[in-house]
Amino acid sequence: MKKYDTPLIDELEKGPWPSFVTEMKKAAKNNEMANDAVGHLEKCFKTKVGYWKHGGIVGVLGYGGGVIGRYSEIGDEFPGVAHFHTVRINQPSGFFYTSAALREICDIWDKYGSGLTNVHGSTGDLVLLGTKTEALEAIFAEYSSRGWDLGGSGSALRTPSCCIGPGRCEWSNYDTLDLSYALTQEFQDEIHRPTFAYKFKIKMSGCACDCVASLARADMSIIGTWKGKIEVNQDEVKNYAKNGMDINAEIVNMCPTQCISYDGKALKINDAECSRCMHCITRMTKALRPSGERGATICIGSKAPIVVGSLLSWVIVPFIKVEPPYTELKDLVRKIWEWWDDNAKPRERIGEVIEMKGMRSFLEGIGQSPIPQQIKEPRKDPFMFYTEDDMAAFKAKEAEEKKTGKFKF
Amino acid sequence: MALPQRKTDIGPPHYKQFLPPVIQKNYGKWKYHEITDPGLMVHVGESGDKLWTVRVASPRILSTATIREHCDLADKYCGGFFRYTTRNNVEFLVSDEKQVEPLRKDLTKRGFKMGGIGSGISNVVHTQGWVHCHSACTDASGLVKSMMDELMPYFESKRLPNKVRLAVACCVNMCGAVHCSDIAVVAVHTKVPTIAHENFKNMCELPTVIGSCPTRAISPDPANKSVKINAEKCMYCGNCFTVCPPISIKDPERDGVAIVVGGKVNSLRSNPKFSKLVIPYISNEPPRWPKVVAAIKHIVEVYAKNARKHERVGEWIERIGWERFFSLTGIDFTFQCIDDFTFMRDTMRTSSTFKW
Repeated sequence: MKKYDTPLIDELEKGPWPSFVTEMKKAAKNNEMANDAVGHLEKCFKTKVGYWKHGGIVGVLGYGGGVIGRYSEIGDEFPGVAHFHTVRINQPSGFFYTSAALREICDIWDKYGSGLTNVHGSTGDLVLLGTKTEALEAIFAEYSSRGWDLGGSGSALRTPSCCIGPGRCEWSNYDTLDLSYALTQEFQDEIHRPTFAYKFKIKMSGCACDCVASLARADMSIIGTWKGKIEVNQDEVKNYAKNGMDINAEIVNMCPTQCISYDGKALKINDAECSRCMHCITRMTKALRPSGERGATICIGSKAPIVVGSLLSWVIVPFIKVEPPYTELKDLVRKIWEWWDDNAKPRERIGEVIEMKGMRSFLEGIGQSPIPQQIKEPRKDPFMFYTEDDMAAFKAKEAEEKKTGKFKF
Repeated sequence: MALPQRKTDIGPPHYKQFLPPVIQKNYGKWKYHEITDPGLMVHVGESGDKLWTVRVASPRILSTATIREHCDLADKYCGGFFRYTTRNNVEFLVSDEKQVEPLRKDLTKRGFKMGGIGSGISNVVHTQGWVHCHSACTDASGLVKSMMDELMPYFESKRLPNKVRLAVACCVNMCGAVHCSDIAVVAVHTKVPTIAHENFKNMCELPTVIGSCPTRAISPDPANKSVKINAEKCMYCGNCFTVCPPISIKDPERDGVAIVVGGKVNSLRSNPKFSKLVIPYISNEPPRWPKVVAAIKHIVEVYAKNARKHERVGEWIERIGWERFFSLTGIDFTFQCIDDFTFMRDTMRTSSTFKW
């Protein structure tokens, strides 16, 4: 095996943070592909440019995604990375594993690939970095026969992902692990066979802490919330005060709706005015917890800056129950896709299409009524559409008022 | 040897089989948790059962050898059960308190770094960079390693007013939630792309290329059977390069990074926020990017000194005002910081009340 001189990336083996270069070299010890990946990276550091070509179309029979073709422009110099494709393995909900399961994944990958991985990729898949086209069918047969499947890529539903939820969190308002699994199973075809205008991501967080950043990077963000009171354990409140918490400064004054008061003895919450932001609950986890009806808020449209700027997801359904078999939620997903499919040009994310076509078109398309919880503030300009039906409704209301002698605004 | 029979559309294995018995028993019935130190927390169930989590740093790029080491440790101390986090840390799930200290000792002996929980700096969300991406204009893993070597105390022990979420994107595609991080690095191009006209007609679709441009800088060039780019409109996003390989935008001397601050994804106290540009350009300086590292460390230190307890970077800046952020940090304010893309009307000041 060729030995590469790598003075630049060797610098990144120094220092306390774990080194990815050390990882690449570990894999390179007995793997030709990983060894050339090390030499290839040193060249990037030396010349300050990358050498990977645009992805090519490679994959496994019957699937249109899950494998991302990657070729080097300088494959002659580094034949081990001439092909260096990525394989996305759909992660289990919440990234939980057993040692036996991960060893199985490693055994297969050592046999057919570079021995390099990303645990995990940004979308959530367990990413296997670097293999050759001819190994793909064998890799797929080995993994799928043992119960592992590929994740999404391209213009498809991308692998859904979720926070740890009820597995290890007291704040989760629905079963994120189960919903992620259920949606992944329900939409296997949409994950494996790209038929959308562009990518579509679904991410699930159990509360407003949003540990999977769904509001910032999922076309559909499903964020857990509740409708009942925040239960207060006054003994634990006293303990927090005793242990040095300045409850007025840290809790009362930091409440965005100013719905908490504290008189030095008891903490009171005006639950009707609470916006469920989670600040007080996360700071006083032993004293405060949500109660009552649980469910989720559905938001739509977030994405990174390409093409016309970043978007955060917009609230479309303020509250939905999230309980197996999740029929209402699955129907909503299908309606959203149908509207998107009818209105999108190629490579348009749903948030961009909503901006172009207007939120009204989208909400009507999926059968949602307008309600104030969807907006931060109403329209500022007086330029607006009135349909014939809108006008008929306004006129009918006024006719009714004339009859009853009472205005209804 | 014959291959096993492939199966399709089976989805991932069911998560239940990977949950340790203590989680199976207390599933959805956790009562509270406490952070003992940045590398250890304990969750307590309504049943009184406890689950200790030991969090360990990872470079995200892992060799199978290191994953096997994680497996060995999990076998020895946690019945084989462990997980990874959305920020790519490893979490060992210990249900027997007596195993916590032996595990921590073993981890220390092997050189693993514990930390990242609570009000400090956790692992950095980042992209592939030169390691494996075609559109990278810097190396994400190299930047992360350089940053975290310097910020290590905030991972292992030192505390901040609140958590500081860091991210690195190796181009403006921003895979991962870089655009809503407390402090993030995004690699940028700074020059108009060049076009290999002779390859255009064989490799690119004209409407797709024109449609890919956010500033409508691209128009047809019938003479060359290609397109032309209006230099006065181009903002170097590279989206045209993504859809059309003959368009080239990489430039080793001009590619660099920008620093954005003040974003967050959760809704605690204030709404989720985008990160905003404060440093428009620093040259790419592999292997250690010293100026980028110094800038991030400086911003963290100014935040640590000035923010109130529980304020995230963006909340602190909103309280003191951006003009104060620039004066406190001493960062030069440049034209790039004024939005001339899509958000100008929302971001210019519309009152005469501000601080000197």
